[in-house]
Amino acid sequence: MNRIIVCVKPVPDPKHWDKVSMDPETKTLKREGIPNIMNPLDKHALEAALALRESHGGEVVLLSMAPPFAKTTIREGLAMGADRAVLLSDRVFAGSDSLATAEILAAGCRWIGGFDIVLCGNLSIDGSTAQICSQLAEMLDLPNVMHVTGMEESGEDNLIITQKIENGYVKLFSGFPVVLSVRKEVNKPRYIPFTGILAAESKEITMLSNKDLCVDPERIGLKGSPTKMAGLEVRKFERKKEKLEGTVDDIVEKLVERIYQCGVIEC
Amino acid sequence: MEFAFTEREEMLRKAVREFAEAEIPPRMEAMEETGEFPMDLLKPMAQVGITGIITPPEYSGVGMNYVARTIVLEELGRVCAAFPMALQVHHMACAALNDFGTDEQKKKYLPALATGETLGTVGVTDPSGGSDLIGMKTTAELKGDKYILNGRKCFITNSHLSDFWIVIAKTGEGAKGLSAFIVDKDTPGAKLGRKENKFGLRGANTGEWAFDNCEVPKENLIGQEGQGLTVALKTISETGRTGMAATALGILQAVYEEAGKFANERVLYGKPISTLQAIQFLVAEIYTQLDICRLLNYRASWMKDQNMRCDTETGMAKYYTCNAAVEAAKKAIEIHGSYGIMKEYAVQRLFRDAMVTVPAGGTAEVAKTGIGRAALAPFKK
Repeated sequence: MNRIIVCVKPVPDPKHWDKVSMDPETKTLKREGIPNIMNPLDKHALEAALALRESHGGEVVLLSMAPPFAKTTIREGLAMGADRAVLLSDRVFAGSDSLATAEILAAGCRWIGGFDIVLCGNLSIDGSTAQICSQLAEMLDLPNVMHVTGMEESGEDNLIITQKIENGYVKLFSGFPVVLSVRKEVNKPRYIPFTGILAAESKEITMLSNKDLCVDPERIGLKGSPTKMAGLEVRKFERKKEKLEGTVDDIVEKLVERIYQCGVIEC
Repeated sequence: MEFAFTEREEMLRKAVREFAEAEIPPRMEAMEETGEFPMDLLKPMAQVGITGIITPPEYSGVGMNYVARTIVLEELGRVCAAFPMALQVHHMACAALNDFGTDEQKKKYLPALATGETLGTVGVTDPSGGSDLIGMKTTAELKGDKYILNGRKCFITNSHLSDFWIVIAKTGEGAKGLSAFIVDKDTPGAKLGRKENKFGLRGANTGEWAFDNCEVPKENLIGQEGQGLTVALKTISETGRTGMAATALGILQAVYEEAGKFANERVLYGKPISTLQAIQFLVAEIYTQLDICRLLNYRASWMKDQNMRCDTETGMAKYYTCNAAVEAAKKAIEIHGSYGIMKEYAVQRLFRDAMVTVPAGGTAEVAKTGIGRAALAPFKK
């Protein structure tokens, strides 16, 4: 194994989602003051990379496109055991949809170079588009497998991948390089070891802007994002209330009827 | 003056919280029922670094400081106080060996403690009393190349879960008449006594040992003969009291969270009870107590890390935090009303756990005698 790139994204901590609001003007989430965590599925991707490195050697590099505050999240990935990190951060990246983000991440992968696997989480818990992995593979002109639930290296140039499909699982052989995205069943991510916290302090986080990546400005940021938000609404969930009236016998009869209608009891 | 935690300390807190919130709750019901500590978590805790946090890396530890340890114990205590109780005593064994042990003893025992091969434990208290150390009855008599131990030890945390015990026994008279020993649990004459049935900190194991002509090799003496009081006092004062205080601090944090959550969820007179000033006052008092205790705890640990004398400060942190945890838990029960005494609600457990921290590791009054001495020293003529 040569090098594994793991794409990681800082996302708002679900424990604080009740404090996330929406900006009706820009149709974006207002995340100010909400702490970030590493996207949970990205942790599974990182665990898979670390396990492969432990059995077959190589280097694990974290790659993220995010504002500079993402360093804290990235540092956690380094504490988990990644060797180094590359953070793609530039104002011109702001507003990128999944396609533009994939362009930028693909440029990041090319900048790092020499990789055998690019690993992603299947989707992020904030955007939940699940598009990055396949777009990234397409842009890098590499094979792509999503919904990975298992992987093991078999011989020098082969990886045996278990992929979850609608009615079961498929075992696939893949050569290198390949772009994969994992489901949570793939593993249980390790906890951050305290020794890792100390080690992470001296690990390198390389900051790159678009001056380093030279991605066509027309293909990134808002300009390069074909996804346009049509509308945004906050859904309210309330219990359905219905008042049954009449004599006690009438009410009981109506109630039983409703229970049948709801399918709680079958006729 | 710097009051903020470093980036390292913040990440440490996050890492422990993640571990504690995921791994501990599934085991708590059984811990409450059986009074057993979940030993299956010892290895996972070691992998994270909890067991070896203050042990130097050359003995397979992490080598972090006491502020870091306090963060770890507080976070564990926030979820279930039986964990920091067990671990702070485990750390006492690590500290006693690291501070006073020979190279051979450190090589033999410290890695086993750091990697979770066994839990550490220290037995100081005799049935005749714990605070009157010099008056203890357990004896160790040197015969040839062995010490012969006789007597009993009680109220020992992790008593039934450790492969070796650190025991303080009498080898002479007066302050220089105590010595510290490592006793392997399988040594003939070393016997496990009863397991205690406590009403709080249920999941932390507490019990007794008995020594009946127990032959301990001379090389198992920790430090010099007659140094036992120093071993005991330094370990209790610096590691034990900071540990007990951090356990109570974790309880206090949990009390605050439970009180705040319930006050916001419970609706009376058409609005959450948190809008009532009477409830706000109670929560404000809990919140203030929490902050006072947090400052006392981290100041004491910081002083230990600076190699400053800190027995007064650790005493203040221990006695004040443990009492504050009880008072705060009582207020949280008041906020909960009758729900507060139901087993389904955490506050009743927090109250029981807080009560156990008060006498554990020395009562408030014993701590206050030391604090009083320090407070009055400038006025002494």
